[in-house]
Amino acid sequence: MIEALVIILIKIAVVMGLLLLAVAYMTWLERKVIADIQVRIGPDRVGPFGLLQPIADGIKLMLKEDLIPAHVDRVIYLLAPSLSIIPALIAFSVIPFGSSTTLFGLLAHPVTLRITDIDVGILFVFGVSSLGVYGIVLAGWASNNKYSLLGGLRSSAQMISYELSMGLSVVGVVLLAGSLSLVDIVGAQQGTFWLLGILPIPNWFVFWQPLGFLLFFTCALAETNRAPFDLPEAETELVAGFHTEYSSMKFAMFFMAEYANMITASAVATTLFLGGWLGPVAPSPVWFLGKVFVLLFVFIWFRATLPRFRYDQLMYFGWKRLLPLALLNVGVTAVSAALWG
Amino acid sequence: MEIALFAGFALVAAVAAVLVVIQRHAVYSALYLVIAMVALAGIYVLLEGYFIWIIQIIVYAGAIMVLFLFVIMLLDIPQEDVLWARRDWGQIVAAAALSLVLLVEMVLAVGRGALRGAQAAPASAQDFGTTLTVGRMLFTDYLFPFEITSVILLVAMVGALVLAKRQFK
Repeated sequence: MIEALVIILIKIAVVMGLLLLAVAYMTWLERKVIADIQVRIGPDRVGPFGLLQPIADGIKLMLKEDLIPAHVDRVIYLLAPSLSIIPALIAFSVIPFGSSTTLFGLLAHPVTLRITDIDVGILFVFGVSSLGVYGIVLAGWASNNKYSLLGGLRSSAQMISYELSMGLSVVGVVLLAGSLSLVDIVGAQQGTFWLLGILPIPNWFVFWQPLGFLLFFTCALAETNRAPFDLPEAETELVAGFHTEYSSMKFAMFFMAEYANMITASAVATTLFLGGWLGPVAPSPVWFLGKVFVLLFVFIWFRATLPRFRYDQLMYFGWKRLLPLALLNVGVTAVSAALWG
Repeated sequence: MEIALFAGFALVAAVAAVLVVIQRHAVYSALYLVIAMVALAGIYVLLEGYFIWIIQIIVYAGAIMVLFLFVIMLLDIPQEDVLWARRDWGQIVAAAALSLVLLVEMVLAVGRGALRGAQAAPASAQDFGTTLTVGRMLFTDYLFPFEITSVILLVAMVGALVLAKRQFK
């Protein structure tokens, strides 16, 4: 009992620690990659290749003056950054990032590489991430600023619209795996999908559900407020959107929440469509982290490549393009599963 | 442990529900309603209804209340200066009477359940409340009520659209 509790606590500490570290270094990666794409050098002053830049940024943000404007709704204004970052971190608790390990024989019993596995895993991720929108909406309202309010309104409308298609896009995967548990979904992707000469194509759901994967990734971009869907903080129109009035560490918390959400979205996409931790030779966490890294790179690549949508285009695209496609995907998958499943 | 958790969730839900009513600003009311919803979800976990728990969070806390908040902000409802600005006695009496009926009903329901408790105890199987069990029950024993509910929701949606569109003509 005590041992199990200690193991869980250690797992939580390790996962949260690594997640926050990954969030910090995502900022470095993003600046470097975008600099490369735009033929610039990017941060290179602090440490080799600018590798200590995130640390310097963190110290700077903590030491900056923490400004609370006079006209804000104090309670909600102070609450909003936490409401934004807490769901982003909690969602990671059901993500399986490996099968199990004894840490090279150090432990007597193998330890599973996930914090927990629940029966409704994928729904849990959706539920918790849907709570994340409160942080943004309330920050926009409590700031008592026109730009902030517009950012908050945009984000709530956008997140509700795209959540619908996102939920429908994973129904195909759930139908194929026959379970909502993320561990079972990874387990269902074992084996070979097709033998291309001597090259075995793995049985990942991305090959069964190519449309589902595209829909999921598009909606994930919108849900995390990333370009080309970054209208809640469109700097050319809204100064900085919902976090215009925030400074110092409270601003940093919104920033961290956005990056943590990106990592969670990539991890969920990896688990649902890219076989999670499955892969030959290398240890399972390496495969998992590698796939997540590729998806995160695509996130950054999109930002450097695509211009922002106009607001009416965003709504038109979400409701009249993505939603019918997602419904079609569910229908086709359900009929095929009933006929051949 | 279970009793302590239940007491905690129930207390939070009840206090939050009262706070919903006595706030002067609609945004705060909505937020307390969110807290009440999440506390109710906690009680569902104690009842081992894991599927209902997460659906409660996704649908009520995650979607419906966000829409409430959206509308409140869009209409920019101002803060009321006094809590009891308009004291409408007819309304108060009607509300009290309805609450009393609801209370009596609940006491009766709980009381009868407690009396029958011994023989009507639920078959507390291992998979009670899981997605599989809930889904199977929903599409077999409770198929008719389930479909009727979806029709009722559809009627409400169509009705709202008709009312909204008529104003624009």
